[in-house]
Amino acid sequence: MTRKDSVIKTEKLTKRFGDFIATDEITFEVLKGEIFGFLGANGAGKTTAMRMLCGLSTPSSGKATVAGFDVYRQTEQIKQHIGYMSQKFSLYEDLTVLENIRFFGGIYGLDNRQLKSKSEELVQRLGLQSETKKLVGELPLGWKQKLAFSVSVLHEPKIVFLDEPTGGVDPVTRRQFWALIYEAASRGITLFVTTHYMDEAEYCDRISIMVDGRIEALGTPQELKIKLNESTMDGVFYQLARGAKRSD
Amino acid sequence: MRQFFTFVRKECYHVLRDRRTLLILFGMPLAQILIFGFALTNEVKNARIVVVDHAKDNASQRIIAQIAASNYFELGEDVMDRDRMEMAFREGTVKLAVVFPANFHNDLVHQNHAQIQVIADASDPNYATTLTNYVSSIIRDYQTELSENAALPYRITPQIRMLYNPQLKGAPNFVPGVMALVLMLVSVMMTAIAIVREKETGTMEVLLVSPFRPVWVILSKAVPYLFLSLINVLSIVLMSVFVLRLPVAGSWLLLFAESTLFIITCLTLGIFISIKTKTQQVAMLVSLMGMMLPTVMFSGFMFPIENMPVPLQVISNIVPAKWFYIIVKSIMIKGMGFAEIWKETLVLCGITLFFFIVSLKSFKIRLE
Repeated sequence: MTRKDSVIKTEKLTKRFGDFIATDEITFEVLKGEIFGFLGANGAGKTTAMRMLCGLSTPSSGKATVAGFDVYRQTEQIKQHIGYMSQKFSLYEDLTVLENIRFFGGIYGLDNRQLKSKSEELVQRLGLQSETKKLVGELPLGWKQKLAFSVSVLHEPKIVFLDEPTGGVDPVTRRQFWALIYEAASRGITLFVTTHYMDEAEYCDRISIMVDGRIEALGTPQELKIKLNESTMDGVFYQLARGAKRSD
Repeated sequence: MRQFFTFVRKECYHVLRDRRTLLILFGMPLAQILIFGFALTNEVKNARIVVVDHAKDNASQRIIAQIAASNYFELGEDVMDRDRMEMAFREGTVKLAVVFPANFHNDLVHQNHAQIQVIADASDPNYATTLTNYVSSIIRDYQTELSENAALPYRITPQIRMLYNPQLKGAPNFVPGVMALVLMLVSVMMTAIAIVREKETGTMEVLLVSPFRPVWVILSKAVPYLFLSLINVLSIVLMSVFVLRLPVAGSWLLLFAESTLFIITCLTLGIFISIKTKTQQVAMLVSLMGMMLPTVMFSGFMFPIENMPVPLQVISNIVPAKWFYIIVKSIMIKGMGFAEIWKETLVLCGITLFFFIVSLKSFKIRLE
């Protein structure tokens, strides 16, 4: 891969809160159209790293660019080119499906014509035609998650950050959810996913595993398994995270 | 700007979809005006009064008979001496006493002029005013009746004494108080809760990651509440004019301009609270304890500030509702113009600016 193809690039990215080093000189690269699994135990520093990349938090030291923009000076441009979906369900339950789509599209600056075509396309893809006037709160959780994901890519971002997107969702829905993720990746969208499910880690193109603020392993799931001589991702994760001093 | 309107529209959906909030928003001012206006004051029926008749003559008996006939009053023992009357006032068993001097009829016939003393328990000023008005009108009726066949008009002057609260402080001035209270509740609490709710549900994160600027997120959350509060002001003023017959003595425009200022003060307070708190419950408690309570206690609406110990008087100065209460009272009741209330306006502006800057600062820190 050439340099041109990397959409996230960090170099010794560090965040300190007083004496506490939340992320400690992490260096990695995420390529265009890649599904990048960002793994780590609770408290390993995943969220802090993600917040810095989303432009929500200024790094203490180190370098990073997201979609070609600098995380220190160009956070507004970064926000323009990323999507975000968090572990907490992030649509408005008291708004209808269509209102949610139009709201989130609207704050990303889509105009009415774009909104109309985009929302029709989205509704069609998810098979929600008969539910557009329903309040989101009335939908089953699986559908909400799929809708939330679709809304986060509505404005065709370069990168989507997914923070434990499948928490509390049944295995069948998780499968369907990953189908959506693959589809987004095939359209050239880069996906940056944190998860605690090791089967999901297997779905990723490449993964990194964070322990105590540092990236301890980075590579394809297959590479990691060979390197650490484990047959499953569970084993890989356990071997690395076992030595962790921090937890929630 | 387009994003801003998208956001405001979404906020309106939130407000309109939430029946309970709507009920609070529009039911509360209605209920408060009606409770304060009627249940707690005004209409008087069967008030206990006593008569101290030193005259016991024709004229005094006639007046007493008319008072007794009126269903506003319930006449106690009609012969009483002054000491027993004062006792009864202290015990609160009577609300009003009518004292006829000896020689009442004589004075009236020979000097064409006599006096009656009307003493009221003014610890409840509304009630006392209403009672004395009723008695005065009964006396006036008698006076007209008497003067019809007379060459010279007879004059009976009721001398009114308000016991306990001679200046009738805190009289029907409750409308400005209710206004301050309702605006505090709507603007501070509702805004705080609305913003904190987004934090709780996780949607705030999504908004912060969007290119929509955080400051605009906060501002567009405040806009619907500005309009709702203005509607509340309008409904309170309309009710006080048409239901309570308390006209606006001063300028309506000034009244609304000042109300807008106070609403903005409240909104910044609400925003400040929302930035400092994490859950809806905490936001609500802080708004109630930190805003409502001082509003009730220190605005001068329930308890006259002049009667408070000096330290409390000093504290009352930082309560925004106090200044708004003074402003509204000056405009609505005394009919004053901007020239008389610019100082209070300035104080409100200062408080607003202070909380705005503090909120902005802490909002940035929170983002880090």
